[in-house]
Amino acid sequence: MLNYLRNLFRGFSAIFYKETVHMRRDSMAMMLALVVPIVEMVILGAAIDTNIRQVNTVVYDQSGVMDVAQEGSSASRDLINHFINSDTFKVYKYVHSDRELNEELVAGRAHVGIKIPLDFDRKLLRGETAQVMVIVDGSDSSTAGTAVNVAGAIGLDQSLQLVLARGINLGQPIEIRPKVMFNPDSRSPNFFLPGLIAVLMLMITVMLTAFSVVREKERGTLEQLMVTPVRPLGLMLGKIMPYFFMGLGEMMILLGFMRVVFRVPVHGSVVLLVALTSIYLFVNLAIGMLISVRAGTQAEAMQSSFSIMLPSIFLSGYIFPRETMPVIFHAMSNFVPATYMINIFRGIILRGAGFQELWLDGLILAVMGIGVLLLAARKFERMVV
Amino acid sequence: MTALVTSGNNPAPANASNLAICAQKLTRKFGDFTAVDQASMTVERGEVFGFLGPNGSGKTTMIKMLTGILPITSGDATVAGIDVRKDPEGVRQRIGYMSQRFSLYDDLTVAENLRFYGRIYGLRGTTLDEKIQQTIERNALQPYLDRLAARLSGGWKQRLALGCSMLHDPSIMFLDEPTAGIDPVARRKLWDLLFDLSGHGITFFVTTHYMDEAERCSHLAYIYYGQIIADGTPDQLRDLPEASPAGTRRFEIDAPQVTSALRTARELPYLKSATIFGRSIHALVEENVTQQDIDRDLRARGVQPQEIRPLTATLEDVFVELTYKKQAKEASRA
Repeated sequence: MLNYLRNLFRGFSAIFYKETVHMRRDSMAMMLALVVPIVEMVILGAAIDTNIRQVNTVVYDQSGVMDVAQEGSSASRDLINHFINSDTFKVYKYVHSDRELNEELVAGRAHVGIKIPLDFDRKLLRGETAQVMVIVDGSDSSTAGTAVNVAGAIGLDQSLQLVLARGINLGQPIEIRPKVMFNPDSRSPNFFLPGLIAVLMLMITVMLTAFSVVREKERGTLEQLMVTPVRPLGLMLGKIMPYFFMGLGEMMILLGFMRVVFRVPVHGSVVLLVALTSIYLFVNLAIGMLISVRAGTQAEAMQSSFSIMLPSIFLSGYIFPRETMPVIFHAMSNFVPATYMINIFRGIILRGAGFQELWLDGLILAVMGIGVLLLAARKFERMVV
Repeated sequence: MTALVTSGNNPAPANASNLAICAQKLTRKFGDFTAVDQASMTVERGEVFGFLGPNGSGKTTMIKMLTGILPITSGDATVAGIDVRKDPEGVRQRIGYMSQRFSLYDDLTVAENLRFYGRIYGLRGTTLDEKIQQTIERNALQPYLDRLAARLSGGWKQRLALGCSMLHDPSIMFLDEPTAGIDPVARRKLWDLLFDLSGHGITFFVTTHYMDEAERCSHLAYIYYGQIIADGTPDQLRDLPEASPAGTRRFEIDAPQVTSALRTARELPYLKSATIFGRSIHALVEENVTQQDIDRDLRARGVQPQEIRPLTATLEDVFVELTYKKQAKEASRA
């Protein structure tokens, strides 16, 4: 039995050795593969960071007297000042109708609209809850998330101050009612980065192995390997594993960047994250291997990689939420490994999900990985060089 | 099997233990196309077996079947005493293979290439080190150990490739056009090495296009569009009646301006065929024609032959004649 297994993977260690030498020799390409995702993450991450300050904001203040030179009432001016001082909002314009307010948002000039009702002052004075509507442009998910959170905090803060100033009160004086326009599924930057890591890992791992077999086909060395006793599984695993360790290292670096530079807290278990990530890496490397076995030339392998990667990115829910996809695409997204990985990432990092919630995703990925690898091995065995 | 021309000195595989390779009615089809058609051959241990044939005639397909890479459509093959169909991996453990492309890893050094090929054949630890050292010494590779394979010249690449493919002490070596594109000195050295190794009992199965290499082989077979049409020692092949068709004889004619002389010679009514070799003409003529006849008739047409001498058929002549015969047969069938 043991001998049978050993025979099944014959040649593994030799191929493993050879591939690590290839990696050392081609250190430039390896460095690029390692560094590019980090640079992409920094650029994309930094872009998010700058967006959540000085968001263009338009105000429609119905309170106060229309013919006074100043806008709104003293209480509403106080609230607006709070918004301005938070540094998150930049009030650039006051408007005087719902239509104008809407126009600013639709045109994209404003990402946030603050609407203070006619009875804002009166309600505050009576000790009733005064509602302020904050309309957020959800098409920019990172802005939307921050705007909603900060507006809510300002409302609470202001209420707290009012309560403290007046003593006992029955209700919350100011209630901020956020309304996200254009994109009901508001996502914060924390939502963005974990998905980004899954996508970046997908891109580098698939590409790395996609070339590995077809390159030997072109060079003629595969012909030589075919007359050795190496077995398909030994060959494929021997080629996959060095890249697997490299991918795992890269993953750690990206996670570190996410945590330290972009301050995205990880709510769940890091060990579970690494374990599930390993399975995901394995699936991607196996997919690359299948591409490589099928392809006749390196150019063909490149095209196949892209035709797998791009739909994966769109279907995975990284950009468009899966829930809003048409039924067909939703069904297709079930066959995309990144779908499960993004769920795992968001689950562990954001929601603090554990093994209980995520074991099925991990199992599906493992089944996918083994299935794809066996398929590639079968294809390889039937391949005529 | 139709029209197989053999030397007759091709005993049935009774003494199978002494055979390195035994193929019986080996056939490979790709869809409707038959790449190898019921090819039978036997190669004894220690032979240097030359396998010849034009490009696309099935040489490589034959090698791939014998090495267990390509499934056999029908027929049987035993290599190194193992049934290729039953245990292709067992066969691969006992054979070595070197292609004309010298399949080395360009971005690995000489030492790394040796280490890799040793390990893929399951060599480990001290055995591996010893084998590598032995190969380095045998091929004088010591000065190049840390050089990338890409930086080696053709001859050295060939030595390294041969060394890599022989690390595991194979009993049979398959060499697919091993001398394509290397210089004459390296070519000569390789053949000396092959004979040296064959003296130690290693069997060589060599494909080549060079006729002078074919002459050196102890056993030859010629494959033409999937069928083996000749099989025997070089001498046996030269003596084949098909090579020198009945009622003909060969002459070598030395003449100045050999090209125009050839044109003139082709006007002679009794000339069957003629071709140029260097600065002379090889002519196949009717049996009753003498040197004097040719000399007289050429001079009458303004060509002054310097010397005319009888000629035995070269291997090239043999293969050309056999190919013509085969083509004529195919044509008449169609």
